[in-house]
Amino acid sequence: MRSNPTLHDLQHPGHEGEEGHDEHHHPFLQHHFEDLGQQHEASTLGMWFFVAQEILFFGGLFCCYFIYREMYPAAWKAGSHHQNWQIGAANTIVLIGSSLTMALAVWGAQGAKRKFTTLMLVLTLILGGIFVGVKGYEYAEHIHEGLFPGSAFTYVQHDNPQLTRGVELFMTFYFTMTGLHALHMIIGAGLLLWFIKRTWRGDFGPEYYGPVEIMGLYWHFVDIVWIFLFPLLYLV
Amino acid sequence: MTSTTIDDAPFIEPSTRQRRNYLNDEYGVLSWLLTRDHKRIAILYLFSVTVFFVVGGIFAFLMRLELLTPEGDMFTSDTYNKLFTLHGIVMIFFFLIPAIPAVFGNFILPIMLGAKDLAFPKLNLLSWYIYMVGGVFGVIVIITGGVDTGWTFYTPFSTQYSNTKVFAITLGAFITGFSSILTGLNFLVTIHRMRAPGLTWFRLPLFVWSMYATSVVIMLATPILAITLVLLMVERVLQVGIFDPALGGDPVLYQHMFWFYSHPAVYIMILPGMAIISECVAAFTRKRIFGYKFVAFSSLGIAFLGFLVWAHHLFVAGISVYSAMIFSFLTMLVAVPSAIKVFNWTATLYKASVSWQTPMLYVLGFIGLFTIGGVTGLFLGALGIDVHVHDSYFVVAHFHYIMVGGTIMAYMAGIHYWWPKITGRMYPEWWGRLSALLVFVGFNLTFFPQFLVGYVGMPRRYHAYAPEFQVLNVLSTAGATVLAVGYLLPMLYLGWSLKFGRKAGTNPWGAVGLEWATSSPPPKENFHHTPVVTWEAYDYPAFLKAMKETQDA
Repeated sequence: MRSNPTLHDLQHPGHEGEEGHDEHHHPFLQHHFEDLGQQHEASTLGMWFFVAQEILFFGGLFCCYFIYREMYPAAWKAGSHHQNWQIGAANTIVLIGSSLTMALAVWGAQGAKRKFTTLMLVLTLILGGIFVGVKGYEYAEHIHEGLFPGSAFTYVQHDNPQLTRGVELFMTFYFTMTGLHALHMIIGAGLLLWFIKRTWRGDFGPEYYGPVEIMGLYWHFVDIVWIFLFPLLYLV
Repeated sequence: MTSTTIDDAPFIEPSTRQRRNYLNDEYGVLSWLLTRDHKRIAILYLFSVTVFFVVGGIFAFLMRLELLTPEGDMFTSDTYNKLFTLHGIVMIFFFLIPAIPAVFGNFILPIMLGAKDLAFPKLNLLSWYIYMVGGVFGVIVIITGGVDTGWTFYTPFSTQYSNTKVFAITLGAFITGFSSILTGLNFLVTIHRMRAPGLTWFRLPLFVWSMYATSVVIMLATPILAITLVLLMVERVLQVGIFDPALGGDPVLYQHMFWFYSHPAVYIMILPGMAIISECVAAFTRKRIFGYKFVAFSSLGIAFLGFLVWAHHLFVAGISVYSAMIFSFLTMLVAVPSAIKVFNWTATLYKASVSWQTPMLYVLGFIGLFTIGGVTGLFLGALGIDVHVHDSYFVVAHFHYIMVGGTIMAYMAGIHYWWPKITGRMYPEWWGRLSALLVFVGFNLTFFPQFLVGYVGMPRRYHAYAPEFQVLNVLSTAGATVLAVGYLLPMLYLGWSLKFGRKAGTNPWGAVGLEWATSSPPPKENFHHTPVVTWEAYDYPAFLKAMKETQDA
């Protein structure tokens, strides 16, 4: 009967028992993975794919931005003059600082430095919070100046209606781009809270630090988006 | 060959003969709503997409009723606008795009890989909930008055002029998009990281290759739709001119952005269909697929080229002649990988002993209808003909040949092919064949006249038309009735088979594939022991030899 050993023969490696699970598997190993290595690789790859689709998402927005920049160069210049580049630059430094603390947190999680990792995650959260707070302050200023597009838009150049339209379009892109970025920051902050709790509880260690690393990937990606947004909206 | 013989065959894992399976493992509503089992999530999707299919079908039927007579006597033109818009939105966003990946991809893909589940089971359940939230928006829009922009939401009508529920429905489509993205991401990671030992890339069933290509397109195209719809909603709420020429925007940019997603979306709909066809052709001819690698790579080829042809929807929208020529040429290129698939399936059928069960009837329908749909796509890709038949019923007929004649035919083939695996019961074969015949006849009667009536000049999207078009329109409505019966019958007999159908056994078709090596319905963890794969995909020669030896012994 078994003369065809190579064929459609579902081999049973090792044990013949009912449930073939290892006795000593890690508490965070999910049942459908063979081992932590596979689980780690799968989740990391998943986050990379997620980042890929995020790049397309923001990429579409950048594409529209560039097309209208070509159409309305004067308005784009006028619009970016309404940005306070000093505040923007300071905020950029804050955000890069948060990337550093995030990277340190990943390093800490790999080395089972529980308190250090928690501290770094808390710092990341604080720096992220400062960034979003400053962004909110800038929004308030713009709205106060009448630069929020739509019916609240009062920045009217009566002699040059095309410029008015263009600046409104610039501000529309400004609010959409930074708004979506801030939304990603807020989602990241929510995740950080959860990670702080898990780290403090002692979930992570040299065997199992994947989630922190993936959190780091996400956070760095959101920072990089800002690295592109800052010059496009404040400087050029 | 009966199912008993196959159950006794030595290559079936003995422990799969026990009775516990994913359906009776747990009971209760919550065990379904909170499940992380990919098979149960597939069932959740099966119910949801069926509901939307029926809803979209009702809209189609109302339109066909209106078009029985040349006068617009049944609905006002406003109502008719809403009917075709809702038909398109429901069928595309809530049925065609999720249908095959979310139902069969979810159910079969992990089993084909010898995996216990998808890589991210919680994310998979989340995808279904996101889909349902999007669906709720759809239902709310339908109940509270509908939307009349056409499924493409062209600006500036959608942002400035339409006073229907544009915001809610675009939000619904936006949300549903995330469900697709997460499903695609889940499939990609699963295919990369969860394959059983020995299951190398070129041992994968072609279903997996096609799903891989689909997932890539979903992942890379859907975010563009998301951002486009965000900008559309921003423009509609703030009344700024992102896409409105009166306010300084560019409406053609909207069309570029929209079709950069929505043309690849056509491949999100057809590639999973091709996935099913490859499986069924092999199973019902008991042969290897001719040119396995060509078919596998043609899926990736279609996925790649599909990103480069979007502007062929814009030939008359004011793009330059030069770019139109380039897009026309690129459009012709897509025909190459599609034709490779059709030729290889046909070559597989050549001199094969084909068994004419229901799935195979649908497959043959698919091959013929997809070819017609594809070739008329070339007509439309040619600049001169496109200008002539643009926005006519010719276009309507073309894409229904691809989407209904292609994707839904394949979906029906898949549902009959894997029904025994999913439910453990056989559907009644005679009724299956009858409904396949009805669908084929009804489909052609509905849509072939539309080629003719479009070619002689009947425009799409009007509730009234010139009297000389009536004969063809009456034929079309008659065909739609037959088609509706063809779709309703399976709902009845498949439901009947759940209780009264013959027990299927592990491998009712005598097919090769990991999904046919585990019991029907499969146990919760798919395999009690991770299979080790030592054979090529579709290794029918060796399989048939082993069968013969088993019977002789």
